[in-house]
Parts: sequence; C-alpha cells; structure tokens
Amino acid sequence: MLLLNKEEALARVAAHHVGGPNETFVLNLGPQHPATHGVLRVKLTMDGEYIRKAECVIGYIHRMHEKMGENRTCAQFLPNTSRLDYLSACQYTHAWTGVVERACKIEVPQRAEYIRVITSELNRIASHLVGWGAWVMDLGGLTPILYAFDDREKILDLMEGICGARLTYCYYRVGGVVNDIDDAFIQGAKAFVPYMRERLKMYKDFVTDNVILRKRLEGIGIIDQDMCLRYGACGPVIRGSGIANDTRKTEPYSAYKDFDFDIPVYNECDSMARYLVRMDEMEQSLRIIEQALAKLPEGPFINPKVPKLLKVPAGTYTYATEAGRGRFLVRMVADGSDKPYRVKLRTPCLSNLSLAEEVCEGMILPDAIAFLGSLDLVIPDIDR
Amino acid sequence: MSAIIDFCGPWWPWVRMLLFLVGTAAFAGLNAAYLVWCERKIAAFVQRRPGPMEVGPQGLLQPIADAAKLLAKQMLTPPAVDTILYRIAPVAMIIPALMCFVVLPYGDALMPTRIDLGLLVVFALSAFNVISLMLAGWSSNNKYAIISSARVVSQNVAYEIPMLLTIVTVILVTGTTDLGTIVGQQGGWFWNWNILRGIWTLANPLVPISFLIFFICMLAETNRAPFDLAEAESELVAGSFTEYSSMGFGLFFMAEYVNIVVGCSLATVIFLGGWQTGLGNLLSFLPDWAAAFVGLGAFFAKLYAMIFVVMWIRWTFPRTQFYGLLNLSWKVLIPVALFTLLLSSILVKLPNLF
Repeated sequence: MLLLNKEEALARVAAHHVGGPNETFVLNLGPQHPATHGVLRVKLTMDGEYIRKAECVIGYIHRMHEKMGENRTCAQFLPNTSRLDYLSACQYTHAWTGVVERACKIEVPQRAEYIRVITSELNRIASHLVGWGAWVMDLGGLTPILYAFDDREKILDLMEGICGARLTYCYYRVGGVVNDIDDAFIQGAKAFVPYMRERLKMYKDFVTDNVILRKRLEGIGIIDQDMCLRYGACGPVIRGSGIANDTRKTEPYSAYKDFDFDIPVYNECDSMARYLVRMDEMEQSLRIIEQALAKLPEGPFINPKVPKLLKVPAGTYTYATEAGRGRFLVRMVADGSDKPYRVKLRTPCLSNLSLAEEVCEGMILPDAIAFLGSLDLVIPDIDR
Repeated sequence: MSAIIDFCGPWWPWVRMLLFLVGTAAFAGLNAAYLVWCERKIAAFVQRRPGPMEVGPQGLLQPIADAAKLLAKQMLTPPAVDTILYRIAPVAMIIPALMCFVVLPYGDALMPTRIDLGLLVVFALSAFNVISLMLAGWSSNNKYAIISSARVVSQNVAYEIPMLLTIVTVILVTGTTDLGTIVGQQGGWFWNWNILRGIWTLANPLVPISFLIFFICMLAETNRAPFDLAEAESELVAGSFTEYSSMGFGLFFMAEYVNIVVGCSLATVIFLGGWQTGLGNLLSFLPDWAAAFVGLGAFFAKLYAMIFVVMWIRWTFPRTQFYGLLNLSWKVLIPVALFTLLLSSILVKLPNLF
C-alpha cells in the first residue's frame, strides 16, 4: 500500500490541478464501488456532474476460462462454464454440452431436452429477479431486492433438490442431465408458476408503475438500433431497442420449437424499455415452464451410450443459447484429441458493456448509474 | 414542584437550566440512538425480515453496541484533508441540531426557553447543516464528497425557499413567531389545529397543501429518501462523509436523526397542535400534572407518527432524479407556496376592507 505523508499528498493534488473553465476531473467508479456490482472500473472524465468521457477498464477478474478450456477434456471444462455468468449457469452449461453433443453427434433424449428447458427458464427468472432487484437498489429503492430474493429462493430450493447446487449448477451433462427430476420438483415448479404470476403483478403495481422509477428510467440511456447492431448488443438490450433477436426463436435449440411463447420487444430504446423486456420475459418463461411441465415426455434422462472419454472429431463447432443477459455462443475448434484445440466463449455482457462508453457521454452521474444497471452486467462474464 | 422551587431559592433558574440541558441532551441522544433501531426494525418489517435480533431482546441493545463500536474505532485522518475544517464539520453538524431543542416546546411547562422569535431561531439553526455538510465534503478532498456537497448546497437552497414561504403563510394566520403561543392558539378540538383551522375559518383553505409542502421540504432538508441525493450510497458511496470514520461519522449519523426529530417536532408544533390533545374539554377533569403528561403523550404520538411516515417513505420509494428534485422545488413547490402565501395574505386583509 502506498502511504503518503501530508506534504506529498498535497503536492500530488496540486500537480493534478489544472484550473480554468474547461477543468475536468477523473472519477474512478470502481473497481470497488457499490454500483458496479463487482470489479468493473469505469474511468469517468467529469465536468461537474456531467460525464465527458467514460472509459470501461475491464479484466480485474480475468480467469483465463478460454485457455482453461484448451487444457481440459470436454467433461472437465463443463463446470467452468457455469462460473462465467453465475446467474445463468443453466444456459451456459447448456451451450457447452450442446457444442460437444453437436461435435460428437450425440443424441439427447426428449425428456432431457424438456428438463433442460424447464431448468433453463427457471434459471432465467432467477437471474432476472436478481438483476431487477439490484438495479432498483442502484436507483435507491432498497426494498424490492429482498422480495426478489424471496422468490428466487424458491427457485434455488427447487434446483438444489435436483442437482445439489444452488447457484453454479452443473446439472447438464453431455447427452442429457445428471439426475432425473422427481415429483417434488414437478409439484414445486407447478406451484411456482401461479405464485410467481401473482408476484409479478405486485411488482408491476408497486415498482414498475412508480412515478419516481419511471422518471428515472424513461428517456434515459437511449441505445438506437444502429448502435445495437454496431456493437453486437444482445439479450434484453437489443430487444429493448425494437429488434426481436432471441436465439430461442432465431436458431431454436433444444426443445424450444415445441413451445408457444413470445419475444417481448419494446421500441423506446431507453432504460425503461429494457426494464419492461425483462419483466415480460419472466412471464414468458413461466408460460414455457407451464407448457413443458404439461407435456413432459417419459423416457431416459440421459443418453446411456455416451463414451467415458470423448474424442471430439476435428472441425469447428458452434452452439448458441439465450442466457438471461443475451446470446451466449461457444465456438470450439477440435483437432481430434480429447481436449479442444481452441475454445472461444462469446459472452453477452462484454458486447453490452462496450455500448456504455458511447451512451454515457454527456449523461449526469445518477443517470449513468441507472443506465449501467439497465445493462444488467455480471462482471465475471465480461472478463471470463 | 413548588417545593423544589422553594428549596432551590435563588438558584432555581440555574437548576432549571441544568435540568433542561441534561434533559434535552438525553432526549436527543436517546432519539438518535433508538430511531436507528426503529428505522432498522421498520425497514425489516417493510422487507419482511426480522431486523436486528442478536444484541439484547429484539435487538434493543443494538444502538448501544453500535455506539460502543464507533467510539472504539480509530479516527482516521486521511492525508491531504484540510484538518481544521475536517474536524470542525461533524461538530458544526451536531451542535446546531441540538440547539434547536432550546426553543422547541414539548408541553406547557416543558419549554426550555420561551422567546418571541422561536420559529426563526429553529430555522436559523437548522439551516446550518448545509454549511457543515459542505465543509465536510470540501475538507475531505475526496471527489465523491465534493460532488455530494455541491448537491447538498443546491438541494438545500432550493428547498429552504418553499419551506420558509409556507412558514410565512402560517405566521400570517397565527400572527406570532412564538412557538408557545402558536400551540396555545390551537387548543380545544382538533379542528382548531392549524392544519384544519384555515379551512373553516377561511383564513387560508390551502393549509393542508402548505403542510404537504413543509413535509416534502423537511424530507429534502434532512437529506432523507427519496431526496437522499447527497448521500446516495449507490452513486456517491457515503456522500459528504465518505472519509469519516469512528465518531466523526457517528456525529453525522446522529445529526441526521436529530434533524428529523427537530423537523417533525416543528411540523407537530406548527401544524398539528403541539401538545394539544385535540379532544376539546373532554379531558378537563384531569389534574394539572396528569394533563401535562397527556399533553406530552399527545405530542410524542404525533411526532413519532410523522417519523414513522418519514421512514416508511424511505424504504418504499426509489431515489428521485437530481434535476427532477430541483424542478419539483423551483417549478412546483415554490409557485404553489407563493400562491398560498398570496391567497392567505389577501384573505387576512379582506375582512379589514369592508
């Protein structure tokens, strides 16, 4: 730690003092700051309360996941993927198992696909609940997060019942899932759907329709369609800008073709649009869970013919899933050995964050915080 | 009572002063400590969790444990702070807040000093916290603290104006700034309270709106949610007092709650009839000493009901936008307050014209 005595410290302050009408100062938002929810650092060049320039400094929690993928067998790397975006562990492990199944041409039983859809959608709701609660907390509303966690607790209990983990699930395996779902899970999930619908109504009345919240989000942080496409934004961010891009519809994977659900899209392009997209997505997820539980097929939950040691045939394979924060894509280059030659993980938070520098310019600080919240960032997902 | 006065003889004014000094200091200190507990319990109730439970029954000793923790901590002075101002700021925050109790009347006999300009004294002292917070932010030499102190100044300047305008409106009706007399005028039934009296005497039918403006301004002046932009913890870490530790921080924390008590007491005195029970002469059979206790009870009931609303609001609403906050003051509250002032002055003068 650098310790300065008073003279040295004053000299440093004086050295950075420029003066004049165009005086700006640099404000370090993070890496330890309550609003960045992790170790994101945003270097803000401020003119009073106005942001002249925002520069996102990332990499504080870089853990070399891609490199680790090259040193591990496909099965060994599986738990790593659930640690990228720890709030969307299901969809992330799904993408990895998906790419291995696609490469090795492994059939997945229909029941396993349905279980994956149910757990993925439960996970999406849990993820949106956390994002919503933490975001409203950034806006100064300290109460909703506790209600959100109360609901999320029910999902975590269900997931704990079937795979033992509460956050970083490693439930999906190449060729299916590790355990079959039991009656307790099915009953719990069936009871959860109407319960959550009631709660969503309550959240709409108390939080979404609150005039202070609306004023803080409406018209703030406009991301137009052009900017979305330039930066490759995805997930609720692009759907809040009027582009109905959802991997579940555009490239239907797993059993998503079998279900009837809508992609919520809002054209306002502001933070409120992204907020409403997330709230509506929770309702759509409930619809999917309801349908999947109703027509859950019987049969094996994992393909029994998956070899113990998978040798991936040489080639390039990709698999994309729609995680809570957007499109997660795995690209694997294999050379025929048991370990991938190269693993590329395309994560949604990185492309969504890259928007921020352009959007934050000219905003005032509280609006920038509200806007950063609307991107719903998970920092380990950015740094990988 | 008279026995004590006789016993003290010529020393009685000094004894009385000492008693009031100890009494108000204890009242302020206890309130600051236990309002934190109340706040945490109310927050817990709103958020469906138990709140502090570990220290003492129902966590009742928690404030004492917190105070002991703060006292035992090291008081860090970061390099590059303006040491003198940095040390003065917390003291300059708490002293004016405590001094307000000198003129606040809690009962017929519970008035430390009765001065004709009581109302003005309270406002003069409570306006001081802007300067203290600004000093704290400035002397800390921390960017977050300086942003916060800039916010405090613009926010408090904006809200001082409508607050004083509503007070002038009330003074027009009461005709005095002596807090004791203001409460005395509101005796009898509850419709004699200033908040309702203006309606049926036609002195100023808009007093309920004045009360609302006063309440909003009080929230903004004490930097409470939804107007807590000065210490917006998700933006500015802890606002002006980011750099403070130990009791330096503790004094700011205490002053916040003392200011709430002062603000709510003032609202009770001016608008809600102070220690008047509002039950007319139904309680006139009580002996004097019992009536004094009932009056004190009535005062506290109104005071803590208002403090409860203040806390309830904090745990329910998100924070406002900064420009939204200033717009609310300059574009809504000030014009409305000016209009009620105008209406009130016309209605006061109108009977004299005919």
